[in-house]
Amino acid sequence: MKIAVCIKRVPDSEARIKVGADGKSIDESGVKFVLNPYDEYAVEEALRLKEAAGAGDVVVVCVGPEAAQETIRTALAMGADTGVLLRANAVGLDPLPVAQALAAELKDGGYDLVLCGKMAIDDSSHSVGPMVAELLGLPCVSAATHLEIADGAGKAEREVEGGVEVVEFALPAVITADKGLNEPRYPALRGIMMAKKKPLETKDAALEAGDIEVVNLTPPAERKAGRIVGEGPDAVPALVEALRNEAKVL
Amino acid sequence: MAGVIAVLEQRDGVLKRVSHEALTAARSLADALGGEAHALIMGPAGMDAGEVGTYGAEKAFVTADDALTLYQADHYAHIAAGRVQAGDYAAVIVPATALGKDLAPRIAAKLACPLASDVTSVTHDGAIVVTRPVYAGKANYTLKITAQPCVISLRPNAVMPAEAKRDAALEQVPAAGGDKAATARTLAVKQPERAAQDVAEASVVVAGGRGLKDAESFKLIEDLAEAVGGAVGASRAVVDAGWRSHAEQVGQTGKVVSPNLYFAIGISGAIQHLAGIRTAKTIVAINKDPDAPIFKVADYGIVGDLFAIVPRLTEEINRAKEG
Ligand SMILES: Cc1cc2nc3c(=O)[nH]c(=O)nc-3n(C[C@H](O)[C@H](O)[C@H](O)COP(=O)(O)OP(=O)(O)OC[C@H]3O[C@@H](n4cnc5c(N)ncnc54)[C@H](O)[C@@H]3O)c2cc1C
Ligand SMILES: Nc1ncnc2c1ncn2[C@@H]1O[C@H](COP(=O)(O)O)[C@@H](O)[C@H]1O
Repeated sequence: MKIAVCIKRVPDSEARIKVGADGKSIDESGVKFVLNPYDEYAVEEALRLKEAAGAGDVVVVCVGPEAAQETIRTALAMGADTGVLLRANAVGLDPLPVAQALAAELKDGGYDLVLCGKMAIDDSSHSVGPMVAELLGLPCVSAATHLEIADGAGKAEREVEGGVEVVEFALPAVITADKGLNEPRYPALRGIMMAKKKPLETKDAALEAGDIEVVNLTPPAERKAGRIVGEGPDAVPALVEALRNEAKVL
Repeated sequence: MAGVIAVLEQRDGVLKRVSHEALTAARSLADALGGEAHALIMGPAGMDAGEVGTYGAEKAFVTADDALTLYQADHYAHIAAGRVQAGDYAAVIVPATALGKDLAPRIAAKLACPLASDVTSVTHDGAIVVTRPVYAGKANYTLKITAQPCVISLRPNAVMPAEAKRDAALEQVPAAGGDKAATARTLAVKQPERAAQDVAEASVVVAGGRGLKDAESFKLIEDLAEAVGGAVGASRAVVDAGWRSHAEQVGQTGKVVSPNLYFAIGISGAIQHLAGIRTAKTIVAINKDPDAPIFKVADYGIVGDLFAIVPRLTEEINRAKEG
């Protein structure tokens, strides 16, 4: 099985996000960057499929700045075989150019499966996986929480409002990973050492500009300070009163 | 003038509330553009599309076929992209639900056009301008979309459905159209044992955290949810502990919710949890620790033991409903 995993370098979920001097992007100073958490599920699933098949090749592909080599090394340390960095200093807010760059890279790779995260936790776009699938003309199941692959076909489950969709598809296919798909492994020391010697190819991404311009990036509106209605069960009537007559939500 | 088309979502042949929201957003954007608002509805044979005119659509394209009862991604995307190409549209608006988040990028890729996901507002200022929360709600982008058509997915509960009566002309469109064999097929939607409202769509959410101590105590949360007609939500701590299903998890790696009323009960208010509730309109916190971070974002708080407070609250609300 030849499996590609698309991975993105993103600010850590705990990172404090400050707007940069340009008012249009984040101030990256002091921000720790990590492998997108949903992509960890994707890498893990690829490794499990390879292990189950007893053979295979897991290639991680990333569109990002030079520093994303470190992100790729994280995936290699988990156990991926090779990495490709499609270098782009700025990745815009329109997901199409990124999907196009990835699709162009994957097109003639002979992959049986392409795995992505369900979303990148920075732009939270939830788009690149299904877009890549469309561009490659492949079936796609997004936000999968369960995946079975056998004999050139697969079955996946995805959570939808009020239920779980069961989808059947033929390979090759694109699957995007949701939490619940698996429990990603931590890179072991041996993996980290081995990752340093694994092949990592870097080339420039031919990234289109896209058709979405940033007007500004702003901190979210501060929630106005609320109030403690009281202590213990005796405060309940005052709360109900406030919800009914002040907030008018009951 | 170019118009706007809303791609609507139904369940069992009935339009969902998110569809009314998408229609409302389409109507107001169409007004700004000086064009018409249209709707596309895909679903089972015999479904009722009558209400689209209520929310301002001048025209609705209805593809009613039992092959489309469940969401069939390839077929839906094929029909939707074809419909957009057949008309003159500046924008396609899709609810950002599980279905819409999957469908929107497929339409955008087919049309090779820009996509703005999970937006909380859509306006027009020389170009279409949207806002979208990013970095798990820690910042908001204001974005200008510089090409037409474009695809926009709209976060549930971000726009209040507003009635704007039109005599919507319904045009039935056969599902055939293109002979592309579906490469992925949705076989079924498994329903949970207890049909519950979805946290992401509910207008009231009652969420519980580790303060509940065990899975059984969630009965307190369920009772309150029933009293207020809301959905049950959960923190990641209790989902990881196996007390509740991941479908109920609110936060960065769960669902982002924008209800009118959110109860955080026995939830500390970790940054990843807060990421999911930033656009909730009113937040109520019940926690025994007066310094819990949840109180910094709550509109109303009660400090104390949830095991004493929550039953009393349920009782009080039930009584208020009767009186
Ligand atoms: C990458 C990443 C993603 C994450 N994503 C999410 C996410 O999507 N959603 C999420 O929720 N978390 C997420 N987390 C986890 C998050 O950091 C917290 O660990 C989690 O939210 C804590 O859940 P909790 O508030 O239920 O538990 P705790 O933090 O343990 O809080 C329990 C609270 O209950 C109160 N309490 C205890 N007993 C009582 C009582 N008798 N009466 C009243 N109050 C009581 C305590 O004072 C305390 O404030 C994520 C973490 C990471 C690293
Ligand atoms: N720059 C990128 N490089 C590689 N993969 C990406 C990139 N951006 C997004 N992806 C993939 O697409 C998924 C969804 O991202 P998004 O659509 O941006 O939310 C991610 O989890 C990755 O798997």
